[in-house]
Amino acid sequence: MNTARPPAIGRTVPRGFASFAGERAAQLVPQARLAGPMPWVIAIMVALTVVAAAGGLALTNLAESARADLAGGATVQVVEAGARERERQAAAAERVLTRHPAVAEVRRVPDAELDRLLEPWLDVGSGGEAVPVPALIDIRLDRAADADALAALRQALRAVAPAARVDAQASWLRPVFSAIASLQLLALVLVVLLAATSASAVWLAARSSLGANRDTIEVVHLLGGTDGQIAGIFQRSIGLDATLGGAVGLALGLGGVLLLGRSFAALDSGMIGGGGLGWSDWTVLAFIPLAAILIAMLTARLTVLTTLREMV
Amino acid sequence: MTAAADEIVTFDNVGLRYGADREILSNISFTLFPGSFYFLTGASGAGKSSLLKLLYLALRPSRGVIRMFGTDVITMPRGRLPTLRRRLGVVFQDFRLVPHLSAFDNVALPLRVSGVQEVELDKPVNDMLDWVGLSHRKHARPETLSGGEQQRVAIARAVIGRPDLLVADEPTGNVDPEMALKLLRLFEALNRLGTTVVVATHDVHLLRKVPDSLIMRLDKGQLSDPTGALRYPPRPARRTEA
Repeated sequence: MNTARPPAIGRTVPRGFASFAGERAAQLVPQARLAGPMPWVIAIMVALTVVAAAGGLALTNLAESARADLAGGATVQVVEAGARERERQAAAAERVLTRHPAVAEVRRVPDAELDRLLEPWLDVGSGGEAVPVPALIDIRLDRAADADALAALRQALRAVAPAARVDAQASWLRPVFSAIASLQLLALVLVVLLAATSASAVWLAARSSLGANRDTIEVVHLLGGTDGQIAGIFQRSIGLDATLGGAVGLALGLGGVLLLGRSFAALDSGMIGGGGLGWSDWTVLAFIPLAAILIAMLTARLTVLTTLREMV
Repeated sequence: MTAAADEIVTFDNVGLRYGADREILSNISFTLFPGSFYFLTGASGAGKSSLLKLLYLALRPSRGVIRMFGTDVITMPRGRLPTLRRRLGVVFQDFRLVPHLSAFDNVALPLRVSGVQEVELDKPVNDMLDWVGLSHRKHARPETLSGGEQQRVAIARAVIGRPDLLVADEPTGNVDPEMALKLLRLFEALNRLGTTVVVATHDVHLLRKVPDSLIMRLDKGQLSDPTGALRYPPRPARRTEA
């Protein structure tokens, strides 16, 4: 050791405006990265959120598609026990409907198609008359199938087909739409709960890391480190964990969504076919990890700042 | 009490208690002037470490007034305290080196915290490590350093920013007498550059090594100042170097 005055204290080191951040600052807190639990907790949360959000978006698309399909749809049933009279009224109703100004499309559902639809339940053979089956006419209006439109149709049919009943197709599916709305709400609640759980996990991790590194933080604090500088160290660390976890979680979540999509597509159901995801939906899903990173960093910052305020 | 602009620290009737216990520091009043050298002595449990904690802004007093660099630190907004802390150098009794950082990075820490550019760091930090005889251990982490080496790193960290006030708690406790003397010379060199130095020690031999020093003696939480030299000290006539 020299006995002369150290050269370093003979001059003042110029203070600058370099921010105490990045790699240098991050060294102060040991970084576990993938060896620690935080990235994996965030990965699981992001994966679950992606699946829940994808479910919600698919249900929204399904409901919108079904509503669009059924918006102007109505069904005319001719409920008459006698086959000859039923056929007469159905033919008369078809003629009136074809000429009606509010009706854009008319399709008489063939008896064979009705038999096929009913056969699994009623065992009605082709052309069988064991159970009288109403004649069905599908129509599409050039406007919404609301109460006024339906009343006008009933009025027009009353004289030629008194056994005709007119119903909007959407009204049959009202309970289905109600169930879809409940599922959408459930998906939204799940997304919010998962975000809250992620924030809680980050809060716990930040508190734990603060406790484990309390001595170091106190030293930096006493050397003149500001709360913002110290919070920045933890914010960066949690941000990196969240980025890793978010990427892994997004991959897992999208994998799950694709698998579920294939399974539902294999059902080959007309209604479920309307529940596919579009580009805007995939973009929303891609933003979930970014939202997770933001929530994690903000939570870490607020947690650390709150704890630091307990110090002098 | 009004503080003169050239007063470094003024304590006026300061008391400190932890929780609901009795005061461990009572009616402490003194003034530290620029360029003065103080030894703080007292038996174990007299309150030396608590007084030092008040000096390096780790604690707020239970009562009284503390002014530092002309500012009332009791009423000062918390967000402005880091600015004051950057004017202090502290040698902690237990060193408090950051375990994950090398000796170099520990010494560089105060400069980095106060915004010094990386390119400006290397020379002063290396010079300082060289001066304390640790340039060959600059990449070593504290756990691999001996007690004496850790203490030298702690001292290098405290003085690297050329503080206005240096507070050292038993800074020579873990080094041999020869090294203790050399470290004392470092504090004196810093003192001659204008830094006010406060060294807490129970080593009476050390007191004689700095003839112009003033003695602050704590006894059961009370500061003995029979002549009033601490509260109203003679203006220091120390030679300061540019």
